Amino acid sequence: MSTKSNITFSRRAFMRTSSLAGGGMLIGFNLLQSCKPEVKLEPEIDLSQLDYKDFNAFIKIAETGEVTIFSPNPEIGQGVKTAMPMLIAEELDVAWENVYVEQGILDTENYTRQVAGGSQSIRHGWEPLRQTGATAKQMLINAAATRWGVDPSECMVSEGVITNAAGETLGYGDVVNEAALLEVPEDIKLKDPKDYKIIGQNIQNVDIDKITTGKPLFGLDYKKEGMVYASVLRPPAFGHKLISYDDTEAKSMPGVIDIIKIGEKVQKLFEEDPSFESKISSSDKVVVIAESTWQAMKAKEAIKAEWENDILMESTANHDQMLTGFLDGTQFDTRRKDGDVKKAFAEADMVLERTYESPFLPHNCMEPMNFFADVTDEKVHLVGPIQTPAWKAGLIAKLLGREEDEILLEMTRMGGGFGRRLYGDFVVEAAEISDAIRKPVKVIYSREDDMAVGVYRPAIKYRIKASVKDGQITGYHLKEAAINDNMYGLIPNFFPAGAIENYQVDTKSYKSNITTGAWRAPYTNFLAYAEQSFFDELAEVMEVDKVQLRLDLLKKVDADADERIEYSPERMIKVIETAVEKSGWGTQPKGVYQGFVNYYCHNTHVSEVADVVIENDSPVVKKITCVVDCGIVVNPLGALNQIEGGVIDGVGHSMYGDFGFNEGIPIAHNFDRYRLIRMKEAPKVEVHLIQNELAPTGLGEPTLPPAGGAVANALKAATGRRIYQQPFTKNPELLKVLEEPVIG
Amino acid sequence: MPTYQIKVNGKSQSVDVSADTPVLWVLRDHLDLVGTKYGCGIGQCGACTIHVDGTAMRSCSMTLEQLDGKSITTIEGLSEDGKHPVQEAWKEVDVPQCGYCQAGQIMTASAFLEKNPNPTEGEIKDAMHGNICRCASYNRIYRAVEKAAEQMS
Repeated sequence: MSTKSNITFSRRAFMRTSSLAGGGMLIGFNLLQSCKPEVKLEPEIDLSQLDYKDFNAFIKIAETGEVTIFSPNPEIGQGVKTAMPMLIAEELDVAWENVYVEQGILDTENYTRQVAGGSQSIRHGWEPLRQTGATAKQMLINAAATRWGVDPSECMVSEGVITNAAGETLGYGDVVNEAALLEVPEDIKLKDPKDYKIIGQNIQNVDIDKITTGKPLFGLDYKKEGMVYASVLRPPAFGHKLISYDDTEAKSMPGVIDIIKIGEKVQKLFEEDPSFESKISSSDKVVVIAESTWQAMKAKEAIKAEWENDILMESTANHDQMLTGFLDGTQFDTRRKDGDVKKAFAEADMVLERTYESPFLPHNCMEPMNFFADVTDEKVHLVGPIQTPAWKAGLIAKLLGREEDEILLEMTRMGGGFGRRLYGDFVVEAAEISDAIRKPVKVIYSREDDMAVGVYRPAIKYRIKASVKDGQITGYHLKEAAINDNMYGLIPNFFPAGAIENYQVDTKSYKSNITTGAWRAPYTNFLAYAEQSFFDELAEVMEVDKVQLRLDLLKKVDADADERIEYSPERMIKVIETAVEKSGWGTQPKGVYQGFVNYYCHNTHVSEVADVVIENDSPVVKKITCVVDCGIVVNPLGALNQIEGGVIDGVGHSMYGDFGFNEGIPIAHNFDRYRLIRMKEAPKVEVHLIQNELAPTGLGEPTLPPAGGAVANALKAATGRRIYQQPFTKNPELLKVLEEPVIG
Repeated sequence: MPTYQIKVNGKSQSVDVSADTPVLWVLRDHLDLVGTKYGCGIGQCGACTIHVDGTAMRSCSMTLEQLDGKSITTIEGLSEDGKHPVQEAWKEVDVPQCGYCQAGQIMTASAFLEKNPNPTEGEIKDAMHGNICRCASYNRIYRAVEKAAEQMS
């Protein structure tokens, strides 16, 4: 806590602030603007004028007492534009009604980890954002104390009003100009969770009014004076390269400004560093520049291009064969090895081995990929939906041979991300085009472009083998065969690691020319289904209770003895026991068939129970009970939305999501051939949150992976058939009810 | 390029576009009404839903000639103050996640409830089945339609 003696005026800050015109104040952006901001896609901030190293870049306070909080991380629908400012506002101690939220721009000096991915924004923001708010609050108190000539410790704050021992009051707006000149105090004390006024409250999405009235918010909505539209003709198949094109007809079409070829800059980067960005095709591409979106899209269709096959043209059948070959083989990378699984299998009373398989999946963000670029001699202005702005700014600087401080990148609200917008192929295209034509340009993907040049979830197969001796699970061997990459390093330490004496995880991947990448809850989005189906079947062959099998395993885990173990057995047990109680597991009415799962990923513990009923001879997923331990729940209204959406997304993709390739060409290009879950198929999701005071974890991903497993296990209970392949609707006969139920 | 007269949100407008231009792109690129969203371009997702003489239609799959003097309402013109019962219900339930599809959802729901202010559960689900929400906010969409129906019936 600062004391009176610590309060000194910083000459540098004073000079900086006094040079700015206008009223109001700022702890944060060193700019005096109106404090009732509209979300303007057009930037008001000229980075070259900024020098705000001494202050945090998150908070701006007006003389009227109104507060603007800049949300640092990209918003993809996960709710951080609401939840991150809540953390600042809580410790700043202001009324939420007086807070306006704006999206921060990319600012690597003042913000850390401006990334939307891995369900990490709240987890990583929890400490620094609260510290930011608390530090600003202390500076405001110190300013008031100086004016009153009292010690800051004698002052109290509530909702933006500072009160001293004599009962005098000053609003934040009254002292904000003085506060901004003070030195930044250290050793700030944060609130006790029991004193929270904003954290834990149901706070509406900060963009709700704009969303419900159709105001411009998204990248696709962004416009700038003189902007032209670009539609890009890319290789129609993975493995294709452009050799020539005829644009005679396209050039004569209405609204067409120019037709150019791009690719040279990307190819040069590939030559310098082949690993710089593996998600971008190195083929030349043809670009139509037009006055409107429709004109650009139509003219692209009129280009006659010739492509050559310079490498293998891959099909789903090849992948299938390749991955099965890997699982049958012996060449693996061993990712974790406890004990000796081979010995356990040799000595077992019983061994169970099953193989599970899943297809590629496109992300299908509702807002197709797009990006704006305006490259001039002075700067490179980029605007649009991107989950990894800092990574992309660096990439564009390299691509165009510019300094990183010449790149001004603004993030728009995103019409979905799901991992697709981690990758920068569309940003690179926009920058390369604007650099070539020296005009402000927006690259727009059609839905067909979006689905056909994806960065897909890779097809994966898992084979799991377990041994049982004297009624105990003695060995567990998980093998992964995947396209391009394998599971990331933490996953081998997820449950059941630590619970089984002989445990091994092996992986192998096939290098494909089809671009793949992260897809909401990478790897676990399919692994959870495989493992949780396997436990279900293991319990059946062992003739033990399905929940008890999981609890018995968890009770064997000594997480303190093995620091690699990521999950908490105690938290998982609590989640499981709550799910049993809330779902009515084992006491469900006749005709309701349940499937049980528990899972840990993205630092969050989850258990789900699916209820399936038979209607018109077919199984229907009616309800999912979902129990979540994500620590302190920052915004319950937003948290429940993430959980409901994650569960239904998980059900939808495991039921219907199917994608693949034929000679490098995607089998679907639009929603007529690719099925996404819709209203009538969506189960009701009933959520129960575990209450505790542990630091919060994220919710964008962790409820998705268990959903497929819960449905698969409930389908087994309902139909008597176990499904080993996603999507579950791929073989409709597997959804028919068996006359005589079978075990195992 | 031909000139078309169209009535959007109560206002007569004149636009010069080629005859094949979908109404969606006329709204977005020529009239700066970007609330109507592009999702698939083939009438499969519902993100571009508008009202044509009060009926919910897919603006990506119709041209100005097909409108033939009918009047259009977009999300921007659904209410003057953003307080149509469906918009109010959407706020109260806090439906959106990414928010991109929600204008289309609201336009589908408002046209539906205008014709059927006392819907059953099945009728709500049938009416909303054509609109994809990739974030899968379906539970909340359902609740918001139900809530709006209480206000409109």
